Amino acid sequence: MTDKERLLQYCLRQGDTHIIFGYRLGEWCSKAHILEEDIALTNIALDHMGLGNAWLERAASVDSEKRSPDDLAYRRNEREYYNLLLAEQPNGNYANTIARQFLFDVYSVLYYSELLNSADDTLAGIAGKGLKEVRYHYKHSAQWVVRLGDGTVESHKKIQEAIDDMWRFTEELFEMDETDDIIAKSGVGVDVSGLKEAWKTQVSEVLEKATLSLPDHNLSRTGSKTGVHTEHLGHILAEMQYLPRAYPDAQW
Amino acid sequence: MNMNEEELLRNFEEKIDVDQKIEPRDWMPEAYRKHLIRQISQHAHSEVIGMQPEGNWINRAPSLRAKMVLLAKIQDEAGHGLYLYSAAETLGISREEMLDQLHTLKAKYSNIFNYPTLTWADIGAVGWLVDGAAIVNQVSLQRTSYGPYSRGMIRICKEESFHQRQGYEIMAQMAQGTPEQKEMAQDALNRFWWPSMMMFGPHDSNSPNTGNALRWRIKRESNDTLRQRFIDKTVQQANVIGLTIPDPDLKWNEERGHYDFGEINWEEFYAVINGNGPCNKERIDHHKKAHEEGRWVREAALAYAEKQKQETLV
Amino acid sequence: MEHTQGKLWEVFIQSKNNLPYKHAGSIHATDKEMAIQNARDLYTRRGEGRGIWVVPSDCIVASNPEDEESLFDPGVDKIYRHPTFYHMPDGAENI
Ligand SMILES: [Fe+2]
Ligand SMILES: [Fe+2]
Repeated sequence: MTDKERLLQYCLRQGDTHIIFGYRLGEWCSKAHILEEDIALTNIALDHMGLGNAWLERAASVDSEKRSPDDLAYRRNEREYYNLLLAEQPNGNYANTIARQFLFDVYSVLYYSELLNSADDTLAGIAGKGLKEVRYHYKHSAQWVVRLGDGTVESHKKIQEAIDDMWRFTEELFEMDETDDIIAKSGVGVDVSGLKEAWKTQVSEVLEKATLSLPDHNLSRTGSKTGVHTEHLGHILAEMQYLPRAYPDAQW
Repeated sequence: MNMNEEELLRNFEEKIDVDQKIEPRDWMPEAYRKHLIRQISQHAHSEVIGMQPEGNWINRAPSLRAKMVLLAKIQDEAGHGLYLYSAAETLGISREEMLDQLHTLKAKYSNIFNYPTLTWADIGAVGWLVDGAAIVNQVSLQRTSYGPYSRGMIRICKEESFHQRQGYEIMAQMAQGTPEQKEMAQDALNRFWWPSMMMFGPHDSNSPNTGNALRWRIKRESNDTLRQRFIDKTVQQANVIGLTIPDPDLKWNEERGHYDFGEINWEEFYAVINGNGPCNKERIDHHKKAHEEGRWVREAALAYAEKQKQETLV
Repeated sequence: MEHTQGKLWEVFIQSKNNLPYKHAGSIHATDKEMAIQNARDLYTRRGEGRGIWVVPSDCIVASNPEDEESLFDPGVDKIYRHPTFYHMPDGAENI
């Protein structure tokens, strides 16, 4: 793999993750429990789309096939998508969504705090903008974890189940393959394996405040680094890519 | 100081006549309050139900830009719903009551949102025509006599300015795109043109609520005046992008300085109002379902707040 | 009827440093953090703000419109409260 191919791969992983989070959060539109929350979720969706777009622009800039960010988002198939499995998990009830976002948001704040020092100016720029946004996302999701955990018996049960459920996909956040390793060592990317302890500490603190407990199972699913996903991604892409795929010559 | 009803009414109408705004704590006739609650809550529900036909295409927006723009637009509509709900709340009705009226079909919302968005071009047509028609109405309502409603409208009009452009941009792009895209664009215009014309309501001669509403300056201009304004500015926009407005009677009337247009199908209008539109049931069911499914979350938030009452810092 | 929409809060936005906070509108929320966030999401999406106050609506005390004349008219004719009331000698500068 050349340096450029490696950077492309790295950018796709981050970009795809944001695009798919944006997709999932966008699905909440007109379905939240109160109109104010509808706006909050859309705002977060928009941040993810913006970040995804920025990462895909960087990816496009090193792509030997000269694909545009839209080409990258709309014309790659399931096995060429590299988003975290966590991102593609269905919205479920509001607790499922909040659990999914929370586990990612804690990670995301740590990740972008590190990426600020990237040797790649564009990536450092993305981190500067992204960090402000994901800090807010974290605030939003962490507060909801606490509200639901320390709310009613029903909400406590739902958010605990959701955390337990999403936990399977968190090991992958800290996984490093050869590409990640080389990119991290060159000072461009982040060694995410080093974020795990801090992540677990912060997650535990919030869960404790929410009167929730850490999951006690060791189930774990990974695969996104090689484009092996859960069954959900295919459905997302089928819907998301339908127009550009059905009318390949059209401009949108 | 105690004034009798007559003096109060005279005072009230004097204020209206010199275009002073009426504020929530000012005395107002019951009929004025009722009319406002009905109109503002209907307006709020329209913004909120209007999120559905557009939301229908969020997952399928064909580019990253299109998706972000559409998300931001629908989010604005949710915001408009909020501005309007709170304007209505200043008149003494709670949001719960308004939602209840929506769910029990006691409150209406704009007919236009009972039409489906079948292709991506419909998202263009909605922004261009539906927002376009709404803007004509809302610009006029900035001068409404009730302060909170007027201030809400001013804020809404500022935000609306990109909505119509967003839709027209989609239409223009498709009208000048591949033959299939052009066909979709024309088809969307064909389906949305007449329902958009109906958004202004019945002809003035047939509009039961217009009298009082105009006298008390809740409405500032009549249905027919607003409709004409919308037509006059939209025809040129259709011409520029090479689409044909589906009205064989549409033609410039030199003498009036306006476009003449064909007869609106009022039977369809009343059928949709009375529940027999293409999506009436779907829209309300969707809203009720989200409301029901969110109940446990609202209850949790309340329960949590009860427990936290003594804490002080954010 | 359920009452789970949360309570009503009034939102005040400071648009720029050193400008007064101005009433922007209202939102619903069940607690303070949520109120701040909802206000931020609704009233500052286009960069309109740099500071937010939220106040539970039932904490606002408002004057009664019927008292308008007795409250505010007495302030209208006290023209000596304005600098233009005073005669300055010709030629005096910077005063
Ligand atoms: Fe609107
Ligand atoms: Fe709009």
